[in-house]
Amino acid sequence: MTQYVLSRVAFLGLMLFGLLGLTFAISHVMPGDPARLAAGPDANQAMVDTLRAKYGLDRPLGVQFARYLGGVVRGDLGESLRSRNAVLDDLVRYFPNTFELVTLALLLAVALGVPLGMLSAVYKDTWIDHWTRIVSVSGVALPAFWLGLMLQLLLALHFGWLPLGGRLGLTASPPAPITHLLFADALLRGEWRTLGDALAHAVLPVVTLCFPALASILRVNRAEMLETLTQDYITTARAHGFSGFRVVTRYALRNAMIPTLSMIGLRYGWMLGGTILVETVFDWPGIGLYAVNAAVSSDFQPIMGVTLLIGLNFMLANLLVDLAYGWLDPRVRRRSPA
Amino acid sequence: MSARVLSLEGAEPHAGGASEWRRYGRAYARSASSMAGLVIVAAFLVVAAVGPWIVPYPDDARGAVHLDQKLRPPGAAHWFGTDEVGNDVYTRVVLGARVSLQIGLIITVVAALIGVPLGIVAGYVGGIAGEAIMRVTDVFLSVPALILALAVVGALGPGIVNAMLALSLVWWPGYVRLVQSKTLALAQETYVEAARAGGAGRARIVFLHILPNCVSPIVVKASMDMGTAILAAAGLGFIGLGAQPPYPEWGAMISYGRNYLPTWWWYSAFPGVAIYLTVLGFNLVGDGLRDLLDPKSRG
Repeated sequence: MTQYVLSRVAFLGLMLFGLLGLTFAISHVMPGDPARLAAGPDANQAMVDTLRAKYGLDRPLGVQFARYLGGVVRGDLGESLRSRNAVLDDLVRYFPNTFELVTLALLLAVALGVPLGMLSAVYKDTWIDHWTRIVSVSGVALPAFWLGLMLQLLLALHFGWLPLGGRLGLTASPPAPITHLLFADALLRGEWRTLGDALAHAVLPVVTLCFPALASILRVNRAEMLETLTQDYITTARAHGFSGFRVVTRYALRNAMIPTLSMIGLRYGWMLGGTILVETVFDWPGIGLYAVNAAVSSDFQPIMGVTLLIGLNFMLANLLVDLAYGWLDPRVRRRSPA
Repeated sequence: MSARVLSLEGAEPHAGGASEWRRYGRAYARSASSMAGLVIVAAFLVVAAVGPWIVPYPDDARGAVHLDQKLRPPGAAHWFGTDEVGNDVYTRVVLGARVSLQIGLIITVVAALIGVPLGIVAGYVGGIAGEAIMRVTDVFLSVPALILALAVVGALGPGIVNAMLALSLVWWPGYVRLVQSKTLALAQETYVEAARAGGAGRARIVFLHILPNCVSPIVVKASMDMGTAILAAAGLGFIGLGAQPPYPEWGAMISYGRNYLPTWWWYSAFPGVAIYLTVLGFNLVGDGLRDLLDPKSRG
């Protein structure tokens, strides 16, 4: 197992280097001109050239890449052209919000998707199965941003049950930071009204982001359960007189969880992408909204910073899935890594 | 279930007479959801083809302005209401079908054209080139497609052409993965070995034995991707990086309509329904094809 873990971690390091190469290629090799963008629309050629020299954009690509790597290693991700803030500081400020949103949505998707998939398989071709299948085909086809807008329209604007967007209402003040995660801090400080307000603000974005993931987790779990339930060892367990519930949860679900787990990992990645749309709809102050605001004003460094951070996050999630795989299925450990 | 048994026996060899096609057709028609998908996709294709001739106000997709008609609710003259410059939302949604079809086709075709050859090289030729292709693919797959597309559009500047270019550039790695693993498996098959023993060259084996057997999974993936690519492009349109007004793109329409919620709800509601139905249709067809052609790769 140790060797397996080490090989996966080494693979992660390699991937990270590749990702840096990719963001470098997008920012330095593609036809866009960062110096011209940084100089602004009214700049003359001399000003652009000065900036080009300042950022080292006139040097050979190899030198530029080495400088870029060196900067990233020192935590220098450049600065935002609009705010003149260091990108790293902005990411540190906004990332906890995205982390909370995506984590809550993923937990909800797993908590609903796995049992619903199981129920759907056990009660195949009954009304339960039909309804869950409608949810599962709709979930992946609905545009998340549109679903979010319609939920806003109905539950926030029409009925007024939930707030429209943002993280906290105007009257609530955020708790003094401990972990920089709003929910955790409100909980640790015992600020229940703030916690309630934060929860109310989180309902719609979490549900919106969760829905497509819920649908595909449900779908994979149902398919795997259907397959597993026809296996000989399930028949044997039933013949031995184990209760139906025990057979389904102990024997069938555990085996069906292995493919489901890899779908959960994949969906986490999708959520990190989808969060840019959901944060835009709900004005959620995370790195997704930050990236969108940067992208519409051609502010280049923040987008690259967000790409790196989200890529790193997804890689770590995949690492965890790989390790969980190795733990669940000993055969995986012995195979050489992909 | 019957579809699965049938395809396990008959799908792999690439011979296919008329009777075989009829059998596939019957097996496909037995699934209600696959047929529903086919009906939706057929309707979408028809609308995309004849759109300009069936809409009541064709000029409304080309920047016409009728301020006296602005923000009218759905009614007899404007089935889906009108937007802030008095354009007919129904007209724009119908004409948006052609835009979405183009977007989906271009992204999927470009991705397959890049990904399939690379996948075959990685799977069949292997060596350092194959290894390098797979590692680059891994890197691309390690960043969510939408984020990567956002970065590329950020570098190139917003617009529908750049959005399609960005999505095509991030879409191909899925095909490399798919074709590489399929090619690896096929290379072990007895008939490929027999062909090799019979003196067939690499190119002959690839074009005669490997590629034809990769077609089913590629078709299944492509039909799914039509939906997902349309969805992703609409997402870029929604955040303002894709199509620019007055181009009738559904995601951008929702984005502009958003400013007129809740009173003028129809403005962003109907384009969303159009996206949903289109993506749903392609997904259902993809599911149906997979059950028929490639039952082992479900999930």
